[in-house]
Amino acid sequence: MMSLQNFISEAISPWMKNEGPDADIVLSSRIRLARNIDNTPFPITASKEKHEEIIEIARSKFSKHSHKRFGTLELLKMDDMKKNEKRVLVEKHLISPNLSDESKAGAVLLSEDESLSIMVNEEDHFRIQVLLSGFQLDHGLRYANEIDDWMEDRLDFAFEEKRGYLTSCPTNVGTGLRASVMMHLPALVITRQMNRILPAINQLGLVVRGIYGEGSEALGNLFQISNQMTLGKSEDDIVDDLRSVVVQLIQQERAARETLLQQSKLQMEDRVYRSYGILSYSRTMESKEATQRLSDVRLGIDMGLITDISGSILNELMILTQPGFLQQYAGEILSSEQRDQRRATLIRERLKLEENN
Amino acid sequence: MLCQECQERQATLHFTKIINGEKTEFHICDVCAKDKGEYFPGSNSFSIHQLLSGLLDVDHPVSKANEGFAQQKAQLRCSSCGMTYQQFADIGRFGCSNCYKRFNEKLDPIFKRIHSGNAKHAGKIPKRKGKDLHIHKEIRRLKEQMQQYISKEEFEQAAEIRDEIRSLEKKLNEKREG
Repeated sequence: MMSLQNFISEAISPWMKNEGPDADIVLSSRIRLARNIDNTPFPITASKEKHEEIIEIARSKFSKHSHKRFGTLELLKMDDMKKNEKRVLVEKHLISPNLSDESKAGAVLLSEDESLSIMVNEEDHFRIQVLLSGFQLDHGLRYANEIDDWMEDRLDFAFEEKRGYLTSCPTNVGTGLRASVMMHLPALVITRQMNRILPAINQLGLVVRGIYGEGSEALGNLFQISNQMTLGKSEDDIVDDLRSVVVQLIQQERAARETLLQQSKLQMEDRVYRSYGILSYSRTMESKEATQRLSDVRLGIDMGLITDISGSILNELMILTQPGFLQQYAGEILSSEQRDQRRATLIRERLKLEENN
Repeated sequence: MLCQECQERQATLHFTKIINGEKTEFHICDVCAKDKGEYFPGSNSFSIHQLLSGLLDVDHPVSKANEGFAQQKAQLRCSSCGMTYQQFADIGRFGCSNCYKRFNEKLDPIFKRIHSGNAKHAGKIPKRKGKDLHIHKEIRRLKEQMQQYISKEEFEQAAEIRDEIRSLEKKLNEKREG
């Protein structure tokens, strides 16, 4: 079996490395553009032959030409992949569950560093996605635009002056842009401010959802915030609106952490070290508990209470303890009890690597 | 009863699905229900398309009472992909780009509801297609002008404009072939 260190270094994408700006709170930034080929039925009504034609276009026009920023893209067809291989790509947020399980002749074009993925034959012919570590919406939009232009040099997209880019779902029409950030907001949850903030964010035309779990009960205190409307605003305005809300949230979260540190340092220390202890010694652990404990430890690191582990541990283990990854590491399909056991073991071993460093 | 998906955990969700008179029973645990969110009611991720289809049926119930209305609605059909407006309203997705043209008159209120009152694009314009759009616009303008000259019997000016239109059309064709 592969060593844990090798498995991790192969498994993690740059966006999980905790390197971008404000990465202590904004785990990742994502830009997605929905695009369709002109004069070609959308995947939902296209024939089998058409689906194959679109894959062929993806292969001949995009996987054979190197892009100046992202290099050569590899084309992976869903039909050629094992169920667990697809699951791993879903857990890494590189493809959607829909592409993995539902699409006909679905495929993905992936850059080597995995910061760019282009889904083929999902709900739209192409879904360009740029995923970066930390708070980098501007870079994300710029890179996604570059890819959009690069693709448009090779084919015509369905576009109308009045409606903009035409998409299969009316919620994406116009810019086809979905900009989102994944945020870790434990202090706002602990201080019970999140329930007050959520409705306000919704009123600004943004959508907040828990990455794992629902609404304000979000597991692991992880929230995804994205724009709702895609029509009637420019791409820059959409991203600016999202960014200004994210900046506010970062400030609020920092202030809440400061308050906790001043007013209840002992309780916070107790909380994060309990979780650290449980993660270090447990023999079986459900993903729900792992997510919550990892959030605590990460908060402890960011507040300076825990100093002997690196901050990327939450990003990394949140992904690596998902069922697909556990099975890939084990090299076999596991039952849920086996997964819980493997999860606890993997977390323990990962924490030991920190001690050795 | 064990969950029929994983065969491991206790089933906590029990429901019956009836599609076209065909009855299917489901007994699943909440973990599997979450995995399969889109297909099982009562689970977390309620499909966006389900929500949408309620929204897309924008016609007032009053007008629905009109005789022949349902028929008229069913007849609105995209000539390219064959999707009817009713199908679009049911599944919440367009079948092809031509659906946008075919259903155009019904779309403004829908887009306004989804996109905070907006129905018109204000963002990026693709380079090549964008240029074409400007040329098409110019051709339309020149044709109108030409008609005005013709109706005033000023044929010399009309001929000049005709030549201009031709050169623009040539430009469009060259781009397409190049």
